[in-house]
Amino acid sequence: MIKMENIRKVYNTGKVEVEALRNVDLHVKRGDFLTVIGPSGSGKSTLMNIMGCLDKPTSGNYALNGLNIKDMDDNTLSELRNKEIGFVFQNFNLLPYASTYENVEMPLLFAGVSGKIRREKVTSILNKVGLSDRMHHRPNELSGGQKQRVAIARALVNSPNIILADEPTGNLDTQSGAEIMQLFVDLWKEGNTIIMITHDPRAKEYTDNFITITDGTIQA
Amino acid sequence: MAETINNIFKTLLLVKLFIRELKKERRKIFLTIAGIAWGTLTIILLLSFGQGLTTQMLRGQKGLGDNIVILYGGQTSIEYKGLPQGRRIRLMEEDCDLLKNSIPEIDRIAGEYDAWGITYKYGETVVNERVRGVSSVGYEDMRSQFPQPGGRFLNENDMLARRRVIFMGCDLKKKLMGDVDAVGKTVLLNNIPFTVVGVMQKKMQMGMYGGPDAEAAVMPASTFRGIFSDVYVDRIIYQVNDIDKSKYVNQQVRRVLARKYRYHPDDNNALNYWDVIEGSKQTRKAFTGITIFLGVIGAMTLIIASIGVANIMYITVKKRTREIGIKRAIGAKRSLIKIQFIIEALLIDLTGGFIGGAVAYTIIRLVESIPQDNADFGKNMAMQILSNPEFSWTIAISTCVILGLVGLLSGFFPARKAAAIDPIKALHYE
Ligand SMILES: Nc1ncnc2c1ncn2[C@@H]1O[C@H](COP(=O)(O)OP(=O)(O)OP(=O)(O)O)[C@@H](O)[C@H]1O
Ligand SMILES: [Mg+2]
Repeated sequence: MIKMENIRKVYNTGKVEVEALRNVDLHVKRGDFLTVIGPSGSGKSTLMNIMGCLDKPTSGNYALNGLNIKDMDDNTLSELRNKEIGFVFQNFNLLPYASTYENVEMPLLFAGVSGKIRREKVTSILNKVGLSDRMHHRPNELSGGQKQRVAIARALVNSPNIILADEPTGNLDTQSGAEIMQLFVDLWKEGNTIIMITHDPRAKEYTDNFITITDGTIQA
Repeated sequence: MAETINNIFKTLLLVKLFIRELKKERRKIFLTIAGIAWGTLTIILLLSFGQGLTTQMLRGQKGLGDNIVILYGGQTSIEYKGLPQGRRIRLMEEDCDLLKNSIPEIDRIAGEYDAWGITYKYGETVVNERVRGVSSVGYEDMRSQFPQPGGRFLNENDMLARRRVIFMGCDLKKKLMGDVDAVGKTVLLNNIPFTVVGVMQKKMQMGMYGGPDAEAAVMPASTFRGIFSDVYVDRIIYQVNDIDKSKYVNQQVRRVLARKYRYHPDDNNALNYWDVIEGSKQTRKAFTGITIFLGVIGAMTLIIASIGVANIMYITVKKRTREIGIKRAIGAKRSLIKIQFIIEALLIDLTGGFIGGAVAYTIIRLVESIPQDNADFGKNMAMQILSNPEFSWTIAISTCVILGLVGLLSGFFPARKAAAIDPIKALHYE
């Protein structure tokens, strides 16, 4: 499903060049639960952004579902992000002026899904993450754990092939962190492919499939 | 194209979010909308008053006559066939037939005789005024002298039978007879009894010779000659069937009369013209110019206001960088982001436009409803010109087009900036 070969990413900030990733080879199969760990600044988010088609590598090959993203234009990448990939961020990244319902509805809107189907999908996914009674709340009226559930619902609503989560429990207290982690595990057990950056040691209780990144490279 | 329509549709679903967000910027948005409203108000009022002004001027000119040329005799300025220069040319009633028969473009033609200082007497009231003799029935249409209900203008039989009948100007009638119904009554002119056949309707008259038509009376030319024994007419009035041909017809008139009066056919001074047709064309041109000028001023105001919209759009783009990043991350295409900001600018713009339009419309209606006397043009000219604004579809549509363009323009550059934002940087923007 994900095939990376010799990925390198260089950031050019003024005169200084930062090599955020180098010699990265990675394979992820359908149904995997891959966790990514590593110290701060090691390049985990950079890798995640490339996998999520938010960013392009400086060199190397990245094939998603057998298609090389190098050859894709911005519109195609937007469509991939919309339909193939579900993003969950550490700081939730919900639209502050939109209700729970509207936040979750947004990817469907971008995909051009009709109103009736949108309503069905949003309601059922909110049911699944346990937020049916918070549909018309704004993000600032929700707890951290609830916000992250909204974000997960939004990531899932277009039935993506991969869910990418960048420290989804990083901003949560232990209790809600555990609940969110459980939610991901449930999703994985349903057959979803999940890649998660985490510092949470409990992740290892559910999967032994993890990679460690230091200094922009994957440790053996 | 289909993509654009699709995007517009999607964006409209997002408009409610935008409106919620704008509520935080209430004061700034309010000022921006007020600016656009003011610009719209200005443009509509300027155009409407300009339009009203033009119509009033043209109507005032019609009071003198509907597409007519007034012809006077002159003095020759070229020696011709042994005749000296400086010779006076005086027109005669028979010239009307001559001209009508030789120039097919002339629709109507009439000679006019003037007599001054006539004593009008009705009962005990005496008024000194002019009287005119006119030689043809087409005169009423040429000179816009239409009868009030119950009366009529002079007719063919009056002319043939030299009847002692008069058609009175409304002001003269009022002075002489007050409010009584004049038709059928007998009035003495220099002690000769005349029957009143009609009284002129009020009209707006800006151009005139001798005085306003409302203050004089007309009688058949035949009757006039019988009383005053005039040989020469004071002027000849003709109406041309095609207003674009008036210059050509004027030339023909000079040629035809040159043969009869034996002056040089190129002698410009042998005859004098007052070409009312040319005059109205010039007026129309001048006022079109004024209207365009006013429109440009209005458009400028609107463009300045639109800079305000562009400015606020730039601010929201910056403020919403993170939002743009989120939307891009969950699959919004660049084109969608772009259209979203353009539509938002248009929304501000059209809200202002709608408010400005509504206020302008109300003002125009209010001004229109001020009671006024359009016939007495001379009395309160400034007021009449100003109090007749005309709101038209042309004005409404051109204002909408300008508003739309201004909105697109003020949305386009901020939108382009928004669409170019790098999603990763935007996600980290605080
Ligand atoms: N947009 C950018 N421009 C320049 N340098 C960047 C940019 N993004 C990341 N970097 C640099 O690339 C390196 C890797 O950053 P990255 O965000 O991938 O680390 P990380 O492993 O996610 O760290 P953390 O655990 O703190 O989130 C860092 O040195 C960082 O400073
Ligand atoms: Mg990171």
